[in-house]
Amino acid sequence: MDFKMAIKVALKNIRTNKMRTFLTMLGIIIGVSAVIILVSVAQGTTENITKRIESLGTNLLSISIRGRGTEDSISMEEIEKLKNKKGIDSVAPVVNGNVTVKYETETMDVTLEGVDQNYSNVRNHHSEYGRAINPIDVEYRQKIVLLGSEVKNELFGDANPIGEKIQINGNDFKVVGVLEEKGSSLGGNNDEKILIPISTAQRFLRTTGIRNIYIQATSADIVEDVQVEVENFLLKKFNNDEDAYRVFNQAEMLSTMGEVTNNMTMMLGGIAAISLLVGGIGIMNIMLVSVTERTREIGIRKAIGAKRKDILIQFLLESAVISGLGGLIGVLLGIGGSDLITRFFSLNTKISPFILIISYSFSIIVGMFFGIYPASKASKLKPVDALRFE
Amino acid sequence: MIKIVDVTKTYNTGKVKFQALKGVSLDIEKGEFVAIIGPSGSGKSTLMNIIGCLDLPTTGKYYFEDKEINNYRENQLADIRNKKIGFIFQKFNLLSNLNTLENVELPLIYRGMDEKQRKEKALKLLQNVGLSNHLNHTPSELSGGQQQRVAIARALAGEPQIILADEPTGNLDTKSGKEVLSILKELNRKGTTIILITHDMEVAESAKRIVTIRDGLILEERVV
Ligand SMILES: Nc1ncnc2c1ncn2[C@@H]1O[C@H](COP(=O)(O)OP(=O)(O)O)[C@@H](O)[C@H]1O
Ligand SMILES: [Mg+2]
Repeated sequence: MDFKMAIKVALKNIRTNKMRTFLTMLGIIIGVSAVIILVSVAQGTTENITKRIESLGTNLLSISIRGRGTEDSISMEEIEKLKNKKGIDSVAPVVNGNVTVKYETETMDVTLEGVDQNYSNVRNHHSEYGRAINPIDVEYRQKIVLLGSEVKNELFGDANPIGEKIQINGNDFKVVGVLEEKGSSLGGNNDEKILIPISTAQRFLRTTGIRNIYIQATSADIVEDVQVEVENFLLKKFNNDEDAYRVFNQAEMLSTMGEVTNNMTMMLGGIAAISLLVGGIGIMNIMLVSVTERTREIGIRKAIGAKRKDILIQFLLESAVISGLGGLIGVLLGIGGSDLITRFFSLNTKISPFILIISYSFSIIVGMFFGIYPASKASKLKPVDALRFE
Repeated sequence: MIKIVDVTKTYNTGKVKFQALKGVSLDIEKGEFVAIIGPSGSGKSTLMNIIGCLDLPTTGKYYFEDKEINNYRENQLADIRNKKIGFIFQKFNLLSNLNTLENVELPLIYRGMDEKQRKEKALKLLQNVGLSNHLNHTPSELSGGQQQRVAIARALAGEPQIILADEPTGNLDTKSGKEVLSILKELNRKGTTIILITHDMEVAESAKRIVTIRDGLILEERVV
């Protein structure tokens, strides 16, 4: 029997049992759209997280010092030594503390970071407008400040803060720039902080020791080598006390997060795939009913020369058409569904063509697989028995 | 063309075994018109199923065109049914969700004939049985006589050497029955071998040879 005719017969049978076929299809429709929606949400979330981690700065190592006894920080001299090590592009030391800022009647508790000119590049956090911190600011301990975007909004609203004076713990600082909005990352909110020159901060916070350092490697490939070197340096400094410091590797974090989100995608996809499987069982169920109902038809077809193969193909094709059609509707619903989710729940979703192809092929495979048993049952009927069936 | 030797058929229905044919031998030559007559339950249909390669005998030999087919595979039997035999049943056995034309096309589809050719052929056959105005009707929209004529057209589609008709007039009124019989006679006149199964002596009279069967045994053979 030719393929075109077989498809036609399958469609005809589906049309004569519209309601039943639709209900059978529903299992596949729900399965496929669930796979697409859940995976698109998972991948959208993954994309978001990856972007945020990447936005923290590339090739980045961050070091935080806990200290050992009285040795609780790193000095500027030691940082100069670090800067000269091979593979290190730049080093951005940070001194930080919590302060209260005030402008006219508005006050806000924020994180203060004392930084130098390298910070904006290393952390990939630049000024939205105004200027950045320059070497000369550090050299002359300028009392200037860059505001995080939320700090600016809180204190100034829509007004232009450049050139205005704010009070940090009661001391006047001149606003010279506003940082671009960054959102919160794993390290906390990046927009509720202010930056001042590191030398100013050291005096202001009465601390010379530096406990946070960001190091940028010259390329992503050698981040790990640099990490080893920095760790050796710190190990020596803190007399082999590994607990005295911690070195975070951005790339490592990225791959760990990648693993976590991959697992999440697999898990969600897997759960949805189970519902697709259940849909397949529905197909098997209805095809078995159909085989029984059409026993006589099978007998007639065999009497006039249909071979086992012909009957097998006919029934397999029918379940394939049911699942294929259901899969198609499921794909459309899945695309529409994740679009609605983005719109109404403002969750980032990402539909890759890959998952569309996978879920669609999977639906057809499921239909064919669960169609095999009923089809083979039909094909094995003996013509006489089938003809006698009322 | 057909030779069966000492054929028996035993049905296993659960615990009870029932022997429907108890040793039947029969020769049918090319071009013959044979009627097999007997009361209900005598084993006529069982015999026809074996002759028509729909079922295999329990014991005994069956030669189709001088070839023993007892141990033929299912596919080989399907090929014989498709190419050499045309079936006409008491209950017409048309496919209810196909229209007239598609029903007649069916044997040609399984033979792998291309669409244009088989449509032409089916159309011609339906013209011959006077149904060219009913191509798009489904079986339920046709009278019994019309349905049987569609079934005849379908049986003839494959240009079979043998037509097997199991009580072809059983569900028809007298007039339609006569029409069907005259079609069969005409076919025989053109050379097709016809095996007609019936329990009605009047119907059997159309044939040239009458074989009487009772309780699974051949009682007598008579040439008309
Ligand atoms: N598939 C079957 N299983 C069990 N018994 C059968 C089967 N087919 C026919 N029979 C029995 O065999 C006998 C002969 O049946 P059949 O050949 O159909 O008779 P006829 O066509 O002459 O009326 C009947 O008693 C019938 O009940
Ligand atoms: Mg009978």
